[in-house]
Amino acid sequence: MRLFHRPVLIATLTTAVLTLPACGSGTPAGKDGVTLTITANAISGGKNTAAAEWIKQWVIPRFEAAQKAAGREVRVLFQPNGVGDEQYKTKVALDLKSRTGADVIDLDGIWVGEFAQAGYLKPLTELGGTAVETWEGWKQIPQAVQGLGIFDGKKYGLPQGTDGRVLYYNRDLFGKAGLPEPWQPKSWQEILDAGAALRRLPGVTPIQINAGTAMGEATTMQGALPLLAGTGTEIYTGGKWAGSSQAVKDVLEFYRQIYSGGLGDPKLQQEAKGRDKSFAEFADGRIGILAEGDYFWRAVVDPKTGVAPMAERDRVVGYARIPAKRPGAGVRGQDFVSMSGGAVRVLNPFSEHPRQAWELLSFMHSAEAVKAELAGAARVTSRSDVNAEVLAADPMLRFVSEEVLPITVYRPGLAVYPQVSAALQEATADVVSGKPVQEAATAYRAKVERLVGGSGNISD
Amino acid sequence: MAPATSPTDAAGLGRGRAVAFALPALVLIGVFLVFPAIWTVYLGLTDYRLTGPAAADPRLVGAGNYTTALGDGRFRDSVWLTVQFVLGSAIIGQAGLGFALAWIMRDRRGPVRRLVEALVLLSWILPGSVVAFLWIALLDRDGGTLNALLGTPGAAWLLDHPMPSIIVFNTWRGTAFSMMLYSAALENVPPSHLETARLAGASAFQQLRDVVLPRIKGHVLTNVLLTSLWTFNDFTPFLLTAGGPEGRSEILPVYVYNVALRDGQLGFGAAVSFLILVINLVFALAYLRLLRDRREVPG
Repeated sequence: MRLFHRPVLIATLTTAVLTLPACGSGTPAGKDGVTLTITANAISGGKNTAAAEWIKQWVIPRFEAAQKAAGREVRVLFQPNGVGDEQYKTKVALDLKSRTGADVIDLDGIWVGEFAQAGYLKPLTELGGTAVETWEGWKQIPQAVQGLGIFDGKKYGLPQGTDGRVLYYNRDLFGKAGLPEPWQPKSWQEILDAGAALRRLPGVTPIQINAGTAMGEATTMQGALPLLAGTGTEIYTGGKWAGSSQAVKDVLEFYRQIYSGGLGDPKLQQEAKGRDKSFAEFADGRIGILAEGDYFWRAVVDPKTGVAPMAERDRVVGYARIPAKRPGAGVRGQDFVSMSGGAVRVLNPFSEHPRQAWELLSFMHSAEAVKAELAGAARVTSRSDVNAEVLAADPMLRFVSEEVLPITVYRPGLAVYPQVSAALQEATADVVSGKPVQEAATAYRAKVERLVGGSGNISD
Repeated sequence: MAPATSPTDAAGLGRGRAVAFALPALVLIGVFLVFPAIWTVYLGLTDYRLTGPAAADPRLVGAGNYTTALGDGRFRDSVWLTVQFVLGSAIIGQAGLGFALAWIMRDRRGPVRRLVEALVLLSWILPGSVVAFLWIALLDRDGGTLNALLGTPGAAWLLDHPMPSIIVFNTWRGTAFSMMLYSAALENVPPSHLETARLAGASAFQQLRDVVLPRIKGHVLTNVLLTSLWTFNDFTPFLLTAGGPEGRSEILPVYVYNVALRDGQLGFGAAVSFLILVINLVFALAYLRLLRDRREVPG
């Protein structure tokens, strides 16, 4: 035993010695000044590079200058990350659990509920004081968008904007396959038909609808949920979760048709970096149709700041609404469907300077800051005043705002949702790896039953 | 560690000073080893989660986590994959290849031996993240080096053969230790014994079995147990496959990470960690027992 313990002891000691001086001084302030930290899953030259640049080049110098003008010495630091969304979530949760972490934190709106229930977040008014209620920005943010930062009727975060899911397609490949352009499928069958035509092109994967567990929430949000909405169902309605209903089976059957029928690449869904690879392949002209959020347009294939830039994006990349299974079969009887979510920024309840942190947070959500963040790019922001100005500039933005947001669906902000979502991802993984639809649906139902506390909470 | 109550005080410290001498170490062991182990046992009895209501207010669920784990197909698969991983990469791979290299190199001197040793050592001392990057580049489906060499474009090694991939990877990674240990052990075999055996007409296999093996039995034992324990607890394969695809390379350390941190089930993860701790203790006790047996045998 001693043999193993000695290195362990040395390592622990070293870690203890190295981290001790850092304890209790999580915010190393300048002389009698205040230091605030911002964190986001963004990093210069990598993931969400534009957001990272905005924080470093615009927010930090201007906020520091504004504070200086008011006679306060404030330093702001940025803590970048460039990892998968699930890993980022784990990191932030562990930070908050140990009562440390940045003062202003970027979160996916869907995490707000489970973080608040865990005691990792507090309502903004408890942290920022009366300044929160009187903030000028509230009246600019539509109720539906404010909802992204609300849990149990309390405001926990400021929404950054919202988004919508569409089908992207490569116009060059559509031309070669003899498909019509512009393309707007009216049913799932028309997606499969287009896929069958694209399949004749050598080296081209016709369709990429995210599946499997490796892609995490991207599978649910870009794949399973918009499809489910296309069958007229939501994952959670009237207090009950969707079980192994015909709707869920229809969704899984659609996956089966794509991935067992040679219309999609099953292996890509299993790869640890599959989603990033799908971006690269689409940008490279090797994927015909791909379902993604508008994030794809502004952060992935953007000619300048994208992670998989396409120099001729505006000419090559087409976009269409996601059709319901059949016309009129979608939620609320719609012909087309989408899913929306959005990121929020929250305050760390363990911040040493919550008032100043709120000032920083509200500064980041001022009209001026939001416009600077856009820097001419396409993005539906949370602020109506900014949207009104920038809407006209980009046809894709206008398309999402005018055609997609009115028909969209939001996810349930419940703590158990991420676990149900994971079960749904596993069901798609089963189908993609060749299991029968019925078997995958039954296994999914059993998992959901365990998660939500019995079959009484499942719709069938 | 026994308190210094022995009547024969060999060090001449006296009881007080002996206690003072041992106390810092005991405190460290208590704080960093015993307490976390007990804490793990406690957490394993709760439904503690990373987020949600159970993070703020965990409830005791008794042995529920343990029964769930033992009845869970994914846990049992993971145990079986770990057994494959240890057998394949630690015992057959690292110990076997390490011995083979040491045996082949035993009489060689000069550049060949130095080159082989340098290469084997290099794979051992490189940081895990660098090594993982190199192996992903080697095994990647699109433009991986191995596919370019074999002329098999599109072969997805990490997806179609995840276990063989991480077994070969870990063998490559850890052979250096076994090679060095056996090189040193083989120096203990008197050349005259081997010569005598050769003169008596013993084949290479007979020499190995009847002359070399009895001499290095203790080294083999130490080596196999150490590499097994290290491999059993190795997390590096996560960097290659993350336990995927669909859990087909989810060895126990990766399984614990996935359930505890990715899925946020800290209580369940703690229960599984405790089960792993028990398996490790069994390994370690077996090792101590065998070591003692060896010492008791005279000669």
